Amino acid sequence: MIRFEKRLAPSRTTTILTPIIAVILTMIAGGIMFAALGKDPFEAIRIIFWDPLFDENFASYSRPQLLVKAGPLILIAIGLSVGFKAGIWNIGAEGQYIMGAIFGAAAALAVYPAESPFIFPAMIIAGAFGGWLWAMIPAVLRTKFKTNEILVSLMLVYVAESILASVAQGLLKNPDGYGFPGSRNLQQYPSAFNGEVIANSGMHWGVISAFIAVIFTYVMMTRHIRGFEVRLMGEAPKAAQFAGVSTTRLIVFCLGFSGALAGLAGMFEVAGPAGQITIDFNSGYGFTAIIVAFLGRLHPVGILLAGLLMALTYIGGELAQLMLGLPGASIQLFQGMLLLFLLATDMFTNYRIRLGAAQ
Amino acid sequence: MKLNKLLILVVIVAVAVAAFFALNKADKEETVAEKSDDKVKVGFVFVGPVGDGGWTYEHNQGRLAVEKHFGDRVETIYQESVPEGADSERVMTQMAAQGADLIFTTSFGYMDPTINVAKKFPKVKFEHATGYKQADNVSVYSARFYEGRAVQGHIAGKMTKTNKIGYIGSFPIPEVIRGINSAYIHAKKANPNVEFNVVWAYTWFDPAKEADAAKALIEQGADVILQHTDSTAPQAAAQEAGNVITFGQASDMAEYGPMPRVSSIIDNWAPYYIARTQAVLDGTWESVNTWDGIGAGMVGIGEISSAVPADVKAEAIALRDALASGEYHAFTGPINKQDGSAWLAEGETADDGTLAGMNFYVEGLKGSIPQ
Repeated sequence: MIRFEKRLAPSRTTTILTPIIAVILTMIAGGIMFAALGKDPFEAIRIIFWDPLFDENFASYSRPQLLVKAGPLILIAIGLSVGFKAGIWNIGAEGQYIMGAIFGAAAALAVYPAESPFIFPAMIIAGAFGGWLWAMIPAVLRTKFKTNEILVSLMLVYVAESILASVAQGLLKNPDGYGFPGSRNLQQYPSAFNGEVIANSGMHWGVISAFIAVIFTYVMMTRHIRGFEVRLMGEAPKAAQFAGVSTTRLIVFCLGFSGALAGLAGMFEVAGPAGQITIDFNSGYGFTAIIVAFLGRLHPVGILLAGLLMALTYIGGELAQLMLGLPGASIQLFQGMLLLFLLATDMFTNYRIRLGAAQ
Repeated sequence: MKLNKLLILVVIVAVAVAAFFALNKADKEETVAEKSDDKVKVGFVFVGPVGDGGWTYEHNQGRLAVEKHFGDRVETIYQESVPEGADSERVMTQMAAQGADLIFTTSFGYMDPTINVAKKFPKVKFEHATGYKQADNVSVYSARFYEGRAVQGHIAGKMTKTNKIGYIGSFPIPEVIRGINSAYIHAKKANPNVEFNVVWAYTWFDPAKEADAAKALIEQGADVILQHTDSTAPQAAAQEAGNVITFGQASDMAEYGPMPRVSSIIDNWAPYYIARTQAVLDGTWESVNTWDGIGAGMVGIGEISSAVPADVKAEAIALRDALASGEYHAFTGPINKQDGSAWLAEGETADDGTLAGMNFYVEGLKGSIPQ
């Protein structure tokens, strides 16, 4: 008889091993699916995981793209992970991402076409502020009225989407756009353009910010009293209260921090890779980042790697669609498998398998 | 000490990652190897799933027609459900890097990405649907769907008993506004008492939202539902309600005939896709701006079902033929704007420039265009 026995403490080895096992299991199950679709499973797996990094035709383009795709995911996920550790659930990063983009773009478009070295820094501040402001709504409602921040932050995503549609067709609409929705393209506005810092590397300021956020959060969580409070609150809320941790301050901090980082991600995206505010500007980074945060075990370095892995499945998945004619849904299924296996194997960090009868 | 070690590890990982990604040959465009064989590779970027039954479905039919027509001389590749913006730019770049000679980007939101990628790959030809930005290697193409809307409006005006016609708009862009105006003008001609009720869904494809919009319109008394969204959800909602008629959008949606679907506007991209692929094969491709209607076969009117009385059907067909031959223009004066100011004088027809940027309702339509 097989049964699960709770470990006294989560196993460190399995914490590190399970993501790798999950990836391998995904490759096996995904390979079976690709084979069932009549494609060569080994080729499909190679295209998804290997070609974007090392294929001589694509790698020089897709490697930088990996960073472009992973940058916002990491930036948002890092912010979310702090709240998640404290048991504060910001599910609305997508909305904060949108608001950051709108605020950031608006800051630039307000002074268009003036050129100044202060425009980009102003956009960064505006973007972070927009995301922070949007996260303050669930924070205030939670601390003042005890509303559920999961629901409020999630619902505010839809409000943000409506605001996005509205400004894309009104306030921020390109006056030279023949009445079509969408703002001016910031890629053609040198002072506002978030271009590559090193040519052909994909390293725009958003990616650099993501790296900085990883290091900053790592130091905060391990060294700073705030990090200690966050962990204490998550692991033993009662103890945190006895220790004099202010729940209100912590909620405001966690939501504000994740909101500001999500807002930054949106701002860097709209000023760089996306270029313009459009009705469909957001493409789910805020939600995918939740997955990335858990995939990375809420650890800064883990999130860095998880963000890159997630980006790899996106870009590799696109390549596989193109080269093998795989349907788009099969790639989504493949990504879904990865998450499923991660959650499933996660069990082994807290439990171990015992063979034999219960004692 | 443990902390410092880990911190150093973080920095090393970050630097290593950065260095790895920065390791690039600058010649990324040049890696597109000149193909040795003369097979033309045609790429398609789709905004929805190929099985959406509407917009993307028809573009994919066009792709299949290209494959069928040219057989071994072409190879097609496609990617479905590509979000507009940065993701589409990457998809196009990968297609071009993979050796595509001709790439069709089939949604308005792909406009700027198409132009960006076209700059990087001057030898690759691009075709962008429904946009307005052209370049030496970027053509634009669209269909005069408003001609089909005229026929639809006529049937709707004749068929409605409540005199209330519901219209599910996607986004308030010129393309959609043109359709509303054209349908309204011809419904009004057929039945002076008609009223239009426009609901904006802010999506091209979202069955749940479209169904909600259709149900709301039906509850408000509409017995005709026109849609500028791509799913068949409004058809299903109408079928459930009974006594409500609909029209297939983008695709024939014949499975909902003879009721509620009484006719349809079909986008037929196949002739255009075949002609453009032929041009690449012949080496005669050049950047053009194509806007074809019923006459050129880009817009088709789906079979008018048995639910429509014979006389109405005959009138609709006559209207279709007049539009096809060019003897009648769907926007022929006198037409006033919504605010009562004159737009087209008696007998005057709208010019393409005004139509392309249409941002106003014609006289008689209620409500305002969301800004």
